[in-house]
Amino acid sequence: MNSAAGTSQHPQTVAQPAARRRGITERYRLFLYALPFLVLVFVFSYMPLYGWIYSLYNYRPGFKLSDTPFVGLQWFRSIFANPTQTQEVLRVMKNTIAMSTLGIVTSVLPVAFAILLSEIRSMRFKKTVQILTTLPNFISWVLVYAIAFMMFNVDNGLINRLFIELGLQDRGFNYLANDSHTWLAMILWATWKGLGWGAIMYIAAITGIDQEQYDAAKVDGAGRFRQMWNITVPGIMPTYFVLLLLSIANFINNGMEQYFVFQNPINKDHIEVLDLYVYNTGMLGTNFSFATAVSMLKSIISIGLLFFANRLSKWVRGESII
Amino acid sequence: MKIRSSTGDKVFHTFNYLAFAIFTLLCLFPFYYLFINTISSNDLSSRGLVMWYPKEIHFNNYIQVLKLKGLSQAALVSVGRTVIGTVATVAGSAFLGYIFTKRKMWARTFWYRFIMITMYFNAGIIPWYVIMLKLHMTNNFMAYILPMIVSPFYVILVKTFVESLPDVLQESAEIDGAGTMTLFFRIIMPLIMPIAATIAIFAAVTQWNSFIDTVFLMTNQKYYTLQFVLYKYLNESNSLAAIIRSSGGSGERRPVQDANGDLDPHDRLDDRRHPHFVRVSVLPAFLRQRHHDRRSQGLRSE
Repeated sequence: MNSAAGTSQHPQTVAQPAARRRGITERYRLFLYALPFLVLVFVFSYMPLYGWIYSLYNYRPGFKLSDTPFVGLQWFRSIFANPTQTQEVLRVMKNTIAMSTLGIVTSVLPVAFAILLSEIRSMRFKKTVQILTTLPNFISWVLVYAIAFMMFNVDNGLINRLFIELGLQDRGFNYLANDSHTWLAMILWATWKGLGWGAIMYIAAITGIDQEQYDAAKVDGAGRFRQMWNITVPGIMPTYFVLLLLSIANFINNGMEQYFVFQNPINKDHIEVLDLYVYNTGMLGTNFSFATAVSMLKSIISIGLLFFANRLSKWVRGESII
Repeated sequence: MKIRSSTGDKVFHTFNYLAFAIFTLLCLFPFYYLFINTISSNDLSSRGLVMWYPKEIHFNNYIQVLKLKGLSQAALVSVGRTVIGTVATVAGSAFLGYIFTKRKMWARTFWYRFIMITMYFNAGIIPWYVIMLKLHMTNNFMAYILPMIVSPFYVILVKTFVESLPDVLQESAEIDGAGTMTLFFRIIMPLIMPIAATIAIFAAVTQWNSFIDTVFLMTNQKYYTLQFVLYKYLNESNSLAAIIRSSGGSGERRPVQDANGDLDPHDRLDDRRHPHFVRVSVLPAFLRQRHHDRRSQGLRSE
């Protein structure tokens, strides 16, 4: 640095005023570099907000918006006033909250997976487990459903054949078109798909823990479980906390791909989460405007959750998440 | 004391190894099961007799699949969106993440939040769909690429990574007269390769696997992806099975269902008469797709 500054002393003094001028335009130049990307975000994430206007009309696809009657807040009122619609929305909210809560509860599983895997001594076994358990994460939900279908269908699925052969069932049982334990089934599939992958981040966090802490603990007579509890767990807590806060902020956004492929008329009552319900009533059903109103409700709840998670994050970690 | 703890250790280790072995098998077996069923005799497979190892091996199914109409086009779309989309996402988030490390940028915090908030908040799927329609993003390959270029999470990853690099590198290059662009391509790009590779894997998997966007936006077969075609096949075989079930046998006998939603055995489909994939027990969503097609055409004529 010093020598570089020394040799270029002369050109630097000459360039001084130019550099200052550049410092002012530099701010805007950097902004201009980012601008195309900001425009993309605006177009694809902020412009859809304009679509909220459809919730104020009785919109029918195929007509011009201006040709459809303006109904004001009728759809919002009907969410609360019309008993059947209230019931529907409550059912869907219950499903959304249940699945998201189960998702947050099961978010400790990858932590446990990583901690227990770090106790395995054979490197080869560890690597094999790590690679093979991430496989399901790389396939789409469509393929997961294809697999579920192959394994569980009533006519010739493996599970039915196996259970009949073992005498646990006397006839085929339709596991897929079945509404008992839908939430549980969904969370199990999500766990099957995501557990190995979700653990990767924690495995990395564990490798970052100073080995000397374990040696010191051993000298002090700490057993295996004590070491896990007092060194490994605190070591990965920060990572877990960040991810937990993100999932709280995203509580209501639990996507729809999984539920979309697994849904059928029989399990519909318990599988319809908000997005799926909005799709089914708005895109497939007839009630475009009502569906828009419901999805707005969702957006408003998610803003609330975001502020809550942010407050929580500031309080616990002293850092905000946005 | 010592002996006791070591037996405890042994028990723990045995259980630990066993648990991981079982879970790994659970992850692996479905793939194996799928595979042995595709190469076994279709007749045996459709009767559910191929459980642990392939029987009467043949590769006809694969040959048949290759002959399916529209499949090569779908493969092209899938590969295209994965390759182009991944490159665009990696380049976009790398550049944007780098720009956001520049403290001098005008209203940096504001614009950063402007992007981050989209990670948690969206207008909802129907307003989004309406705008995509108005932007002519339906039946348009760009709909797979453009919305994916800026991904807040990847921007965070790059920004954090660049901030962890020593400042000296950029400073010395600046003294040598490198501008923002030169700095990015010559200094930053080579250094962020590890995180760029991570993002590339994430983005490629997302692109390859996503199919909801096809469900919403694409009605022209030209833009179907492999995932969507697979979904359609699964559903068509579902509905086919249901139709055969409900109209099968003589007369207009309705399918009888018990409390579990199981069809009465007499209404079961005789699989041997039908193609390999007609092995389905759930009801159709295929008809809904057709309905959706009609609806989006209606919207488009607006």
